[in-house]
Amino acid sequence: MAALLPLVVVWPLAATVIVFLSAGRIKGRSAGILATGAVGLSAMTGGVLAAGFMSGAVTYPLHVTLWEWMRVPGFSATIAFALDPVSLVMIAVVTIVGFLIHLYAIGYMAADPGSARFFGCMTLFVAAMLVLVLASDLLCLFIGWEGVGLCSYLLIGFWYDSPANTAAARKAFYITRIGDVAMLCGLLMMATATASLQIDGLLFAVTAGQLSPAVMTGSALLLLTGALAKSAQIPFQSWLPDAMAGPTPTSALIHAATMVTAGVYLLARLHGLFAAAAPAMAIMAAIGMLTLLVAACTALVQSDLKRILAWSTISQLGYMYLALGVGAWQAALFHLVTHACFKALLFLCAGAIIARVDHEQDIFRMGGLRRFMPGVTAAFVIGAGALAALPLVTAGFYSKEMILSAVWRGQPVLTPDFILSGHLLWGGALFGALLTALYIFRCVFLVFYGQEKTVPTGRTRWVMAVPLGCLAFLSVFVGCVEMPGDIAPVHLFTRFVDPAGMAFHPHEPVWLLLAGAITPVAGAGIAWIVWGRSGPVTRTIPETGGGTDDLLPVMPLRFVVRITRYDLPDRLAAAAGWMTRATSRMMMRARRAALHLAAERTAMVGREGTVVLVRMQNGRVRWYAGWIVAGLGAALAWAMLS
Amino acid sequence: MSLLPALVVLPVAGGVIAWLADRLHVGTGVRMRSISWFVSVVVLVLETVLLVVESLRPALQAGGWRDHFFLPWIAQMGIAVRLDMDGLSLSLIWLSLLLCLACVMFSTRQVTVSAGVFHFLFLSTLTGIIGTFLATDLFLFFFFWELMLVPMFVLIAQWGHEDRQRAAMKFFIFTQGSGLLMLLSILGLVIIHYRQTGVLTFDYFALATTGLSPLGSMLLMLGFFVAFAVKLPVVPVHVWLPDAHTQAPTTASVVLAGILLKTGGYGMIRFDIMLFPDAASRFAPVAMGLGIAGILYGAWLSCEQDDIKRLIAYSSVSHMGFVLLGLFSGSWTGMQGAIIQMLAHGLSTGALFLIAGSIQDRVHSRDMRMIGGLWAAMPRLSGAGVFFAVASLGMPGLGNFAGEFLVLLATWRVSPAMAVMAAAGLVLAAVYSLRLVNRVFLAPTRPGAQPVTDFPARQMALLGGIMVAVIVLGLYPRPFMTFAVPSALSMTAAASGERRAP
Amino acid sequence: MTAFPFNAALLLAALLFSIGLAGVLVRRNLVFMLMSLDIMLNAAGLVFVAAGARWQDASGQVMFLMILALAASETAVGLAIILCLHAHGRPSLDADTGNLLRG
Repeated sequence: MAALLPLVVVWPLAATVIVFLSAGRIKGRSAGILATGAVGLSAMTGGVLAAGFMSGAVTYPLHVTLWEWMRVPGFSATIAFALDPVSLVMIAVVTIVGFLIHLYAIGYMAADPGSARFFGCMTLFVAAMLVLVLASDLLCLFIGWEGVGLCSYLLIGFWYDSPANTAAARKAFYITRIGDVAMLCGLLMMATATASLQIDGLLFAVTAGQLSPAVMTGSALLLLTGALAKSAQIPFQSWLPDAMAGPTPTSALIHAATMVTAGVYLLARLHGLFAAAAPAMAIMAAIGMLTLLVAACTALVQSDLKRILAWSTISQLGYMYLALGVGAWQAALFHLVTHACFKALLFLCAGAIIARVDHEQDIFRMGGLRRFMPGVTAAFVIGAGALAALPLVTAGFYSKEMILSAVWRGQPVLTPDFILSGHLLWGGALFGALLTALYIFRCVFLVFYGQEKTVPTGRTRWVMAVPLGCLAFLSVFVGCVEMPGDIAPVHLFTRFVDPAGMAFHPHEPVWLLLAGAITPVAGAGIAWIVWGRSGPVTRTIPETGGGTDDLLPVMPLRFVVRITRYDLPDRLAAAAGWMTRATSRMMMRARRAALHLAAERTAMVGREGTVVLVRMQNGRVRWYAGWIVAGLGAALAWAMLS
Repeated sequence: MSLLPALVVLPVAGGVIAWLADRLHVGTGVRMRSISWFVSVVVLVLETVLLVVESLRPALQAGGWRDHFFLPWIAQMGIAVRLDMDGLSLSLIWLSLLLCLACVMFSTRQVTVSAGVFHFLFLSTLTGIIGTFLATDLFLFFFFWELMLVPMFVLIAQWGHEDRQRAAMKFFIFTQGSGLLMLLSILGLVIIHYRQTGVLTFDYFALATTGLSPLGSMLLMLGFFVAFAVKLPVVPVHVWLPDAHTQAPTTASVVLAGILLKTGGYGMIRFDIMLFPDAASRFAPVAMGLGIAGILYGAWLSCEQDDIKRLIAYSSVSHMGFVLLGLFSGSWTGMQGAIIQMLAHGLSTGALFLIAGSIQDRVHSRDMRMIGGLWAAMPRLSGAGVFFAVASLGMPGLGNFAGEFLVLLATWRVSPAMAVMAAAGLVLAAVYSLRLVNRVFLAPTRPGAQPVTDFPARQMALLGGIMVAVIVLGLYPRPFMTFAVPSALSMTAAASGERRAP
Repeated sequence: MTAFPFNAALLLAALLFSIGLAGVLVRRNLVFMLMSLDIMLNAAGLVFVAAGARWQDASGQVMFLMILALAASETAVGLAIILCLHAHGRPSLDADTGNLLRG
């Protein structure tokens, strides 16, 4: 059984190696089938492992140490995998959603000449993500962590013919790299303190009190920075919307379902460390809260379909960070799972739409599409419902409800004197849920209802339709594994990931649940009133490109949106880049000037010296004899006098 | 019977044969024009065989010195031909041979102007390098140190690009001047040793036992340090490097970046830190500061280059900053990290220079604004280029990261602030590497680009070998960490379990 | 045997050497310069002979014989060069005109 664990990673890695080694001899379609097959095999291996788990054939956590990576006095690192319920959940998400997206991509990328490269990068991404998920050593995890960043870079800039795409790719890599360096510093800090980065060992050291509070808080904050950058949370949010330059399957897999949630996974794995670092938790909750509101407001005013989804991803990740911040890592993980399903579904639907309306991404130029593509419409509406958390029928409802109830009880302690109020956070999160329903149904009504503005062509092929169907199914039913206590006592998910966990479901007022159920419906209703009833004013294309002006119904939000649109980190990044270049140029110039000066001086001294020396070497024998005599005399005199 | 002298002499002897063969066959057909190339290939293959034999020999002592050769040379002065090999020398010689083979396979055949002389100089540089890695007599070491310099100077000055004379002169003046300081230090050490014991000797192991005053050892250490700092290079004296790397022919660039810089690191380990441990530890804060300055300055300037070879050259300055930082961090961890970093940098940057040279051969430009996207035309070359650029930005799982991580770990124990600053260099590394990728490889094809040929399978196989080596170094560096470390100073002291670097 | 005036001999030798040196430095004529060189050589020879007499050692006289041979050959070569130059049409014996290493 243990031998199966590395196989999970080996399949996609082997596919990558084969695709790249074939150097273009494996053409697009067969590369796609190979890649999909590899990810499918990986999923099956994961399934076998899960079956072993369920039947009790293996006891977890299952540790597999492959080899020792490095060993120095006072530190050692291993390449080691560990399988426990949390990583099993993540494997399921990565391989199953990954498999569906690969299948979809066979159809989506069929006409692209570089699709072999695309599939090579995608499988490499899956392999790196699985390393990240399975690693039981934080340094080994870091391989996957940077590896997914690299694949994200390669795939965002996949269509390298446009400089804008490669710039977006570089921006994504730079910003996440800043976080990665912070995380590396956190790892160094912990490695110095505990001599190992084994996750189990670290958590044991934390609970045993072997770490000083300063080290715990410091490394927790540094790791948090890394996770925030990876998950595009404030203040690192600006790379994710730009990352939509990549092919849509990439956006679905990397920038919605898996890579951006790596930070959440990491923090969930290390929840023991963060539980001991209260300020980091409070900061996490505050940032999550801020991000989910700001990103939701921004999503409300976007006009680009993929950018709306990108901002919505940031917002949903904000929910997860909020949950982590109040200590409900199980809720965060559950939301991660459901979010992976419905957001992948939404992106794939968006891809199907964009492919058929001649690569138009502006929602104001679409409209009435439900008459042309009913299947995609149904899938998108299911995804939108799950994202908005429409009560009872969608998976998103259950996970969001779990987060809301945890937030209500939470008391993040920033400092002993300053405790964030859980009720306040709950109110914010609920308002965020309203905004979520508002922006996604705005999207639905603008794209699928009303007058048609673009006539779609072609048809959605079955390789693309099947994944949509599967994901739609998952988006509806995956939530049934965990339900609030007031509806039905189903707690399969929490039992599974955290069997030793505390009683997670105390009774709470029923009106909390009701509020959480009614808010999305209200949001969808408002969206119907504003955009759905064919109001001509709100359906026209806003003059200003950004689409701020259709914000009339939500005037007070303008201010928030202003702030987001100002995009401080982006400006900062640009300014830093500019300064880097300017300083670099200045240094070059100074260097050149200094060298020039030095060279000039040397040359001058050389010239002057030459003049003197030339005078001495005049070729007259008698002069030479004279010099000899003078030198001899001087030497004699020196010898006599000293 | 020790093979060490054969290892040293073979390349230069082969170089002479290559030269003579070229002289004898001038102008007798196309095949004969590359006779010296064939001779070089044969020589390098023979050398590889020798090295394999040498690697497979049982070590003289467990975990310590592997081989030894002694022959009196100038007995009156106590100068001898003394060669010793330990794991560090062996791995660096392997690196040298691998890169030289790559050079021969990739670029030296293109040299048509007096190819015989070119190969002679190339191979005698190799002799100098191998001798430098093996010599344990200070005079002999100095001899090889200079031997390595002169042919390289001629290679740059004669076969380089547009501004070659100036670059070569700069290179020569910097290395020669600092070499003289080293000679002074060597003589000073020998004289102090003579005064103390009455024995005139240049023997490394004998001199290591010299008792020195704090000031004296600091001065002598600085003399060595300057010479090695110029080669490494360390920031204030790196000025020669960008010009020399840029103007040198491809072969010389690869040898310079891949191997010559390593002689600086090697010298620092063997003749600086191990000979003068106390002075080195007192000097460590300054040296580590210089290392960080190198990391940041090199990376910073690298971000703003348009010339592809210059960009890689500045990135070398940045990478070598990590080596300096690790060497002077005062712990075994740092030294192991620095050695791994040297090996990984030799492979990845050497390969990048090979690729840059191949690009120049095909596109006739080094200006990244003129090259444009190559992926469409040359997917193999571009794929390899992306791989090595990614390696040079410090991707975990590849060689450079293993070295950098160990160095940072060692630095963090000394001073977290320094480690954070050095880690900031990794962000800049991402900037320059990805700029390189997005301007040369993954970029829109330039309109009006001439059709070019991609790497043939043979060269690709060699590059693939280097890639595998980089991956192995990144994922399984442990053998290198235990094997490629300097052996103890004394010939008799057996390696004990937990050795601490001074 | 009377006391040998060693100091006087040294004085005479120094005098001779100075005269010779002055001749080399001052005279331009090559022939005179050769003669002055001979005077200097003889001064050195005198010192050798005197030293030999002073310490009762024959090597002084041996050295003088060697110097004698040296002086003879030097003069012969020097005069031959001068004649050769003259034969090539060089008009003057001035040493300062020959500073270009060219005929």
